[in-house]
Amino acid sequence: MSQTAIPTSGPTPQGVGVVSKKTGVRWVPVIGLEVHCQLKTETKLFCSCRYEFGASPNTRVCPVCTAQPGALPVLNREALALAVRVAVALGANVAPRTKFDRKNYFYCDLPKGYQISQFDQPFCTGGGLTLPSGKRVRLTRIHLEEDAGKAIHDRGDTTLVDLNRAGVPLIESVTEADMQTSDEAYEYLTSLKEILQYAGASDCDMEKGSLRCDVNVSVRPEGEPWRTKVELKNLNSFKNVKDAIEHEIERQIEAYESGDKSKFPVQETRLYDATTQTTRTMRSKEDAHDYRYFPEPDLVPFHVEPAFVELQRTMLPELADARRARYQRDFGLSAYDAGVLTGSRALADFFEMVVKLSGNAKETANWITNGVLANLSDPTIAAKTVDELPFRPHDLAELVQLVTDRTIHNNVGRTVLRAMFETGKSARQIVKEQGLEQVSDEGQLEKWCREALVGKDKVIADVKAGKTKAVAALMGPVMKASKGSANPQLVQEILLRIIQTEM
Amino acid sequence: MTQTEVDIVKKTATLARLELGEAEIAKFGEQFGRILEAFQKLSKLDVSGVEPMTGATALSDVLRDDRAKPSLERERALSNGPKHDGEYFIVPKTIGGDA
Ligand SMILES: [Zn+2]
Repeated sequence: MSQTAIPTSGPTPQGVGVVSKKTGVRWVPVIGLEVHCQLKTETKLFCSCRYEFGASPNTRVCPVCTAQPGALPVLNREALALAVRVAVALGANVAPRTKFDRKNYFYCDLPKGYQISQFDQPFCTGGGLTLPSGKRVRLTRIHLEEDAGKAIHDRGDTTLVDLNRAGVPLIESVTEADMQTSDEAYEYLTSLKEILQYAGASDCDMEKGSLRCDVNVSVRPEGEPWRTKVELKNLNSFKNVKDAIEHEIERQIEAYESGDKSKFPVQETRLYDATTQTTRTMRSKEDAHDYRYFPEPDLVPFHVEPAFVELQRTMLPELADARRARYQRDFGLSAYDAGVLTGSRALADFFEMVVKLSGNAKETANWITNGVLANLSDPTIAAKTVDELPFRPHDLAELVQLVTDRTIHNNVGRTVLRAMFETGKSARQIVKEQGLEQVSDEGQLEKWCREALVGKDKVIADVKAGKTKAVAALMGPVMKASKGSANPQLVQEILLRIIQTEM
Repeated sequence: MTQTEVDIVKKTATLARLELGEAEIAKFGEQFGRILEAFQKLSKLDVSGVEPMTGATALSDVLRDDRAKPSLERERALSNGPKHDGEYFIVPKTIGGDA
C-alpha cells in the first residue's frame, strides 16, 4: 500500500545518478521504501492468541482472528507501547489521537474481507534517520496494522490457508522518496533494523517474515520533474532490495531512452525474481485495488497521552550509534571494534556487563571480538548467538582477569574459553581442574629450562655473543613441556641467567 | 434511475463479488439513489467545529494487556471453514493477493 504523496518535482542533488552512455543524459533515481515490521509482543494485535513462528498451522487462531461472527477486536496495549517507542526512537511526532480503519479487499488469507489498518490518522508522522554516510532519510508516517494469514499455492490444485499469522501486529513505515541509490536503500534498511532491534520492538528477521520491504522507484533526467513510479515487491533480503532497485533503474532508463512511448514505464507493481534478477508485472494501475477505507466501527479512538510517550522514551535503551561513539571515546576502542560489539543489542549489553565486572574494556573487547565471536561462528559449538552462551558475563570477566593478572597465559586463556563453551564451567574451575595456572615456581621453571638447553649449542653461543633475542628459540620447547603454563617472562629471565652465568 | 446510479451499483457489486442481473441493478440503483439523496441532505449541514465521530459510543482507549489466552482447538477452528485437510483451510486455487 502506498500513501506517499508524489511531489511533481524536487531539488536536484549534485552529481548523483547514472550518466547514459548512449545519450549523455544524467538520470537521477528517486527511491522510497515501505517497510513492514512485526512487533515483538506476546499476543496478536487485536486478540489474545500467542503467535509463534513455525507453530503448527491453524493452532494459533481464535474467533477474533478467524473472523467469526460477533467477535470483537481489542487493541493490545503493548503493541501500542512498542509502536510509540519506535516513533520516539525515530524522532517522529506521536499523534495525540489515533484511530483504526478498515482496508477492504478480498483474498483467501484475509478472513474478515478487510484488514484493520490506519488510514488518515496514523499514530505517528514525520521523523527519520541519518545513515552512516550522513544522508538524512525522512519518514512520512508510521502506522499500526494487522498482518494477513498465509496462503500456500504450491501443493496440488487447491490453495491451503494457515491463519496463524492473521492478526499479528505490524508497523508500516513509509519514507519520503529521499534516496537516490540502491546503496542508500540498503543502508536505510540496515539502520532501521538496528534501531528497531535495539528498541526491542522487532526482531526484523526477513527469513521469518518479521521484516518485509516494498520499494518505489522512478528515474528522471537531472533537473526535470519526477516521472512515473514503479512499485517493487517480493524482496526477500536486503541484497534482493539492492539488486532489484539496480535492475529497475536500468530497465526504466532503457525504456525512456528507446524513445518508444509504448515502452515507457507505467505506474504498476512489479514482482522481483531473485533467480533471474529481473522484475515482471504483477498488476497495473488499472487493476489497482479500491480499498474503500472507512473507520473501523469495532474499535474506539485512542488518545496517546504525553506521559505515555515519555514513559516509552525512558524504556528506550541507548541506541547503537550512541554506543559506538561512547566505546571509542570512553574505552579507546577502534571504530571497527565498536562496530563489531554493537552488532546486536544483546552483544553490546553483554560486552558492557563484562566490562563492568572486569574493569578492563580493551581486554574485554579483545576477548569478545576475537574469542567469543570466533567460537560462536564455529559449527562444532552449540551456542550460535550471545543469548545462547553457556556462561554468564561474570564468567568471562573472570577469564579476562585471570589473563590480565597473569595467572594464566594468553594462549591458555583461549583454551579455557573453549572449555567454557564446551562445558559451561567457570574459568577458574577449568584452570584448577586442568592445572593450567601459570607456573611461576622458580624450581619447576628452572628444571624445564635446563631440559630445553640440552644440545642447543648454537643458541647458547649466540646468546653469549650478545644476541639475547636468540633465546626465543627455546621458549617453544619450555612452553610445550609446561603445557603452556610456564610464566614466559620468568622463563626468559631464567634461560638468560643460566646461559650467561653457568655456560 | 440515472446512469451514475447504475454505474455505482455495478462497481459496488464488482467490489463485493456480487453478480447482479439487469432487474436487480435497476432495483438497487433506485435504492442507492435514495440513500445518496439522504446523504446529500446531510452534507448540506454546517458541521464546522464538530469533531468527526468514528463510532456510535462515547468510549475511547479500550485496551487489553498483552497476555496470551488459549487459542481454539484446531479441529474447532477448521470446522467453521468450507473445507479442510485437518491442518489447513482448503480454498479454490488463488494466486496473487495483496500487501
Ligand atoms: Zn486470535
